[in-house]
Amino acid sequence: MTPLSRRQFVGAGVAGAAGLVIGFYLPHKGLAGKDSFSPNAYLRITPDNKITIVVARSEMGQGVRTALPMILVEELEADWKQIEIEQAGASTLFGDQTTGGSASIRTTWDPMRKAGATAREMLISAAALTWGVPRSSCTAQAGHIKHAASNRTATYGDLVSKASTLPIPADVPLKQSKDYKLVGRRLPRVDSLAKVKGEAVYGIDFRLPGMKYAVLSRSPIIGGKVTSFDDKDSKKIAGVIYVGRIGDSAVAVVADSVWGAMEGRRVLIVNWDEGPNKDFGSKDVFNVPTSLATLKEAVLYQSGGTPKPGGHSITAEYQLPFMAHAPMEPGNCTAYYRQTTCELWAPTQVPQDCRDSVAAATGLDPDQVKVNVTLMGGGFGRRLEHDYAVEAALASKAISAPVKVIWTREDDMRFSTYRPASMHHLSATLDAAGYPVALMHRIIAPSISGQKGQPTPNNVDPDLPDEAGPVYGIPNYLIQYRMIDTFIPLGWMRSVYALQAAFALESFIDELAVSAGKDPLKYRLQLLSKDQDLNYFTTVWHTARMRGVLQLAAEKAGWDKPLPAGRYRGVACFGCFQSYMAEVVEITMENDEPRVHRVVAVVDCGQVVNPAILEQQIQGGIVYGLANALRAKITIEKGRVVQGNFDDYAPLRMDETPTVEVYAVPSQEAPTGIGEPSVPPVAPALCNAIYSATKKRIRALPILS
Amino acid sequence: MADITLRVNGSEQKVSVSPETPLLWVLRDTLQLTGTKFGCGAGLCGACTVHVDGKAVRSCSTPISQVGAKSVTTIEGLSANGLHVLQQAWIDEEVPQCGYCQTGQIMQAAELLAKTPNPSDEQITQAMNGNLCRCGTYERIRKAIHRAASSGGTR
Repeated sequence: MTPLSRRQFVGAGVAGAAGLVIGFYLPHKGLAGKDSFSPNAYLRITPDNKITIVVARSEMGQGVRTALPMILVEELEADWKQIEIEQAGASTLFGDQTTGGSASIRTTWDPMRKAGATAREMLISAAALTWGVPRSSCTAQAGHIKHAASNRTATYGDLVSKASTLPIPADVPLKQSKDYKLVGRRLPRVDSLAKVKGEAVYGIDFRLPGMKYAVLSRSPIIGGKVTSFDDKDSKKIAGVIYVGRIGDSAVAVVADSVWGAMEGRRVLIVNWDEGPNKDFGSKDVFNVPTSLATLKEAVLYQSGGTPKPGGHSITAEYQLPFMAHAPMEPGNCTAYYRQTTCELWAPTQVPQDCRDSVAAATGLDPDQVKVNVTLMGGGFGRRLEHDYAVEAALASKAISAPVKVIWTREDDMRFSTYRPASMHHLSATLDAAGYPVALMHRIIAPSISGQKGQPTPNNVDPDLPDEAGPVYGIPNYLIQYRMIDTFIPLGWMRSVYALQAAFALESFIDELAVSAGKDPLKYRLQLLSKDQDLNYFTTVWHTARMRGVLQLAAEKAGWDKPLPAGRYRGVACFGCFQSYMAEVVEITMENDEPRVHRVVAVVDCGQVVNPAILEQQIQGGIVYGLANALRAKITIEKGRVVQGNFDDYAPLRMDETPTVEVYAVPSQEAPTGIGEPSVPPVAPALCNAIYSATKKRIRALPILS
Repeated sequence: MADITLRVNGSEQKVSVSPETPLLWVLRDTLQLTGTKFGCGAGLCGACTVHVDGKAVRSCSTPISQVGAKSVTTIEGLSANGLHVLQQAWIDEEVPQCGYCQTGQIMQAAELLAKTPNPSDEQITQAMNGNLCRCGTYERIRKAIHRAASSGGTR
């Protein structure tokens, strides 16, 4: 995804009675030129001096409803207290509205700033024209335009009708970071009050008059299909009003309460065509015969040439399992199908995909499908799928009434789309001092996009360019990717392939440091000692910035100070979603199991928009990453997912959660990703700490398997 | 189906549901008190925590027939006026990310503070360990409980 490179348009017009609208949009692929007039884009100011900012990314806890408006309001010079937030549904006005890839801030930073600055400049012009004074003598401040010489002042609301008549300036000045009043401040999130009072409406809470509830019985074997079903007992359950197929692989039980639908499903008998996968499981994933004819191998990164044979060499193999996102709010979606329209209330990271897939499934045109985006109880990538939306739409169509589909936790665990399992071959040739003159990292994993039928040009999964790049300036450095196939459904899970790539690489670097008899942190700094630009697809990784986060992490963790007896530490660094991250993990070992006490995390993500939200994201990512490292494993046996709830797929609880200290390297560079980069380094840093404690190298996750 | 009279957040509510229906779904579907959340349906995550006669229970695993005339308090009824000290502490410590589990966390913490006005770290961990948060807010929850405790109130 490279929305930054897309052309940006600014359009203006009148909203409602006399509101100034500053709209801009990033045209979706193939839709450039359509909808160049946008009555409801990012910013709306009305004569009553109300300023509404439209957020066109989905809120799943990462703070976009606070951070994105801050960027716009900074340039607008409005009073933050004036602002109201509006959530955009699926639209053609905002380009790709996918919320993922730690992209919300980094891809809307420029458009949001320009939208705010354009409005500000037009309001200044409107005031200058109204008062007959030079516009250079007018200033914008706290929601007012002022003319100091005549002591005149006007609110933005006062200037709406005049501003609406003005031409839109093509090029507007943007503020210098030293002049920021909002960006960089710990503004409280706009949604905390509603969340602590239980008043926040998540997808699962949304209701319509006459709404029914659907729970689905899905094929327990991946790829199985319904042959027949017996709903005699289901229909005896109080409140059950309908039982019927949804697509080929599911039967819906619809009732007037969630509990009725769940009970109806409990006694439903479905006969399944087990399909082709009943004899296979997750252990078979890497047993794919890869003949030369079917080998799908790609070079992701190459520096230098083919290393000459000779010298001391080290090889190792690492492996990671399938994992499930398991957001706290189980899957759900509300739909109301009415012959020529279908409206959805979806907790989704992909409103436009929901629109398009529901249109395809119901036979409607995409513009007949309206998608409202609700608050989400976590996403972590699971809500990049649109399965819930299609189910809800088909169930509503079946009974001609509004329907909310609800997944149970077992449904969420067993019918998810999983983080791909992966295998990693690493090898290094070392110089006399023990540093690599050559390093090869071959990643073997199924492709998420490939499985979904999306393009994988040159056999590269399109996510890898954001997630598996080089870290060090090693003279001969090769990263390869070998795509394999699997029947196990795959999805994008927080940090996607970066988690796997970082675990393998950063464990291996530790092995090299140990073999060289050197301190693992100083060994890494030595590998980063020269300023180099590592070109990786469209990103340039700067060794200097990686060195910067590592040095600050060493300082904050007190790397050079001895630890109390029984405490051990490990370090790892990695870059993904254009951000640089280093983490130091401190542990003790208790009954052969690690106990994590402290994590020091340092990020370089360019300009920080809201440090409070950044801290939340880093802390949360580390807790998520620790759960992945310690226990997260989805196994498939005989075509069926084994795990079902939080007992056999156990996230971290309070007793296992360390103190996480977060530091950001001060920077005025454009902001980069923050939702995911803290996840990948924590597993290798923890495993490196375990090595330090036990001299045992962990080469497969999860640690506590 | 059975006609049951409940006492929820201080007022009597008559509902007609099958007696094995979990309290969670009566609160959410019948009484439209959606601040109590569904997370696992098996008492493993704590998102559905409410008070029954002052005791924190998992409403997803509590059949309505067992509730009877006992007094049920949900997040909506936690504070009669304004914010409970815990809710204020949750805001001050910037606890919520997605926020989905937080109402259950707050109800669990409210029981703790009612019994133990100044809990130690260990007591907090023991009380809160059954409540899951996938956003990883545990350390902030701990701080918020300490903050609420030191501000002195249990209401």
